[in-house]
Amino acid sequence: MQAIVQIRGLCRAYRQGDIEVVALNNISLDIPEGGFTALMGPSGSGKSTLLHIIAGIDRPTSGSCVVRGVNVAELSETELAGWRNSQIGFIFQTFNLIPVLSAFENVEMPLLLTGLSGAERRAHVEAALELVGLQDRMHHLPRQLSGGQEQRVAIARALVTDPTLIVADEPTGNLDARAAADVLELLTVLNRDAGKTIIMVTHDPKAAGFARRMLHLEKGELLRDEEMRGV
Amino acid sequence: MPSIPLSYNVRSIRVRWRTTLATVWGVGAVVAVFVMVMSLARGLKATYVQTGDPRNLLVLRSGSTAESSSQITREELARMKYLPGIERDAQGRPMFSPEIIVLIYLDRLNAEGGANVLVRGMGEMGLVVRPSVKLVEGRMFESGRRECVVSRRIANRFANCRIGDSFKAGKGEWTVVGLYEAERSAYESEIWADADEVRAAFGRDFYGSILLRPESEETAARVTKRIESDLALNARVLKETDYYSDQTRSAGPIQFMGGFLAAIMSIGAAFAAMNTMYAAVGARTREIGTLRVLGFKRRSIYLSFLLESVILSGVGGLLGCLASLPLNGVATGTFGWTTFAEIAFEFRITPELLGKGMIFALAMGILGGLLPARMAARKPVLDALKA
Repeated sequence: MQAIVQIRGLCRAYRQGDIEVVALNNISLDIPEGGFTALMGPSGSGKSTLLHIIAGIDRPTSGSCVVRGVNVAELSETELAGWRNSQIGFIFQTFNLIPVLSAFENVEMPLLLTGLSGAERRAHVEAALELVGLQDRMHHLPRQLSGGQEQRVAIARALVTDPTLIVADEPTGNLDARAAADVLELLTVLNRDAGKTIIMVTHDPKAAGFARRMLHLEKGELLRDEEMRGV
Repeated sequence: MPSIPLSYNVRSIRVRWRTTLATVWGVGAVVAVFVMVMSLARGLKATYVQTGDPRNLLVLRSGSTAESSSQITREELARMKYLPGIERDAQGRPMFSPEIIVLIYLDRLNAEGGANVLVRGMGEMGLVVRPSVKLVEGRMFESGRRECVVSRRIANRFANCRIGDSFKAGKGEWTVVGLYEAERSAYESEIWADADEVRAAFGRDFYGSILLRPESEETAARVTKRIESDLALNARVLKETDYYSDQTRSAGPIQFMGGFLAAIMSIGAAFAAMNTMYAAVGARTREIGTLRVLGFKRRSIYLSFLLESVILSGVGGLLGCLASLPLNGVATGTFGWTTFAEIAFEFRITPELLGKGMIFALAMGILGGLLPARMAARKPVLDALKA
């Protein structure tokens, strides 16, 4: 299958006082279109840094990260913002919904940058919320939703622009087992039935078990690349 | 450029209602003070601008800038009274009023203390050359008697000024026989009596000024030239309206005080707005990071937070303007720097003044919001998300 993400010789180092910390060291890998990839590793292994670079919210020190033909590292701040809006759907561990906006308005936010009409936006938002099973919670504020529901709203927000990639940073980290299973099931459905390419950072082997491929990082290096059978 | 919806700002403001209220109150108070003090200055200015008849000429001693410092002798008066070009009434009498002003001290009505009030002694034509002045109660004073008419505003502010009342001033006791209104002009800060009685009571053997009515614009120029070129007179002639317009400098100190007070207070209010917005940026750092991840550009974040500050100050400005509105038309008085007497006037709150108050409020919002908005826009995405 064609690679949607091509990473070559990727390094990311940053300074902590006088010390240079290497977060990623010479990573090269391909992520195929339509894949469900889990990035695993202990704290400080560089898995979140890798995800952030792929999502265009961090920049590599050297090397390249090409997503569907675009080297993300070469885009300006302004170009990156537009690129993230059209190419990336981001799911956070802490949901990161805007607390003063309803579920509908939260999902609508990325669409405000697309030039769609109000009616078109409404149709997209309703479809996305229906897909995550929250059409009856559209006008609820985040605080009126459970953690699992909040994360499903965040997933609807991530997929409403029909992005190239959905990236999830510990999406079940703040959920109980039941809600976590629901969210992972939803991601699996999005990958399997809607063909969405998903990259998920997790340190939970159970969560990683939902993916079809697992990349194991440690100390900024890629240790293992395993194909999984999925659940 | 696509922008972050306004509802996001408005609802965020509502969530932080305590700090919102403090900022709105601060900006509102500054705008209210600004509008009130400026309306005071405007009311005072308007009082002078509205005084006088454009047809009248005022004669003062050459070199005098005010009636109070001018002296015109009886001989000089006689040289001017029958000059050709001065309008005459139906009985053929020249419309010519020799006048003198003196200050008397009167107790305030229903309040402690008192203030100087201007008494104008005038000739028998004094009322005729001031057609805008209307006797609203009682009658006009009679020549040769210690009687006076009082403006209704003065009667409302000072003791012993009602019809039938009397007060001591100079060497005599004056009886109030009438009340007048003068279309909110400076005349409403005066008490009028017979010029010769005033001169006698206050020991003056001169007049202060002459108010006369020329037949026309052309004759006004001739009369002016005739008086000013007469070496025996040593007088200057000016339009009555110009004389009073010039007195608007009385409003200067108030205007300065208003501007100064508002400037000092606005610095505090702008800092309050800044503080509120810094707190808002601090509390919503992760939201800023999320918005950036979703694709909103730095400029959108910047404008959104700046707009929020402007909304805050706009609401404050609106409330400040509303708070000042009840003062519109309220009568008050102040010390007049040119007459050294109390000047009665009304607060004047005009749409233009309210507009200036709002601009002032929005300027405070922009000033207070600039740095916090810049800080919000410049936050690196990752740092913001980790907050």
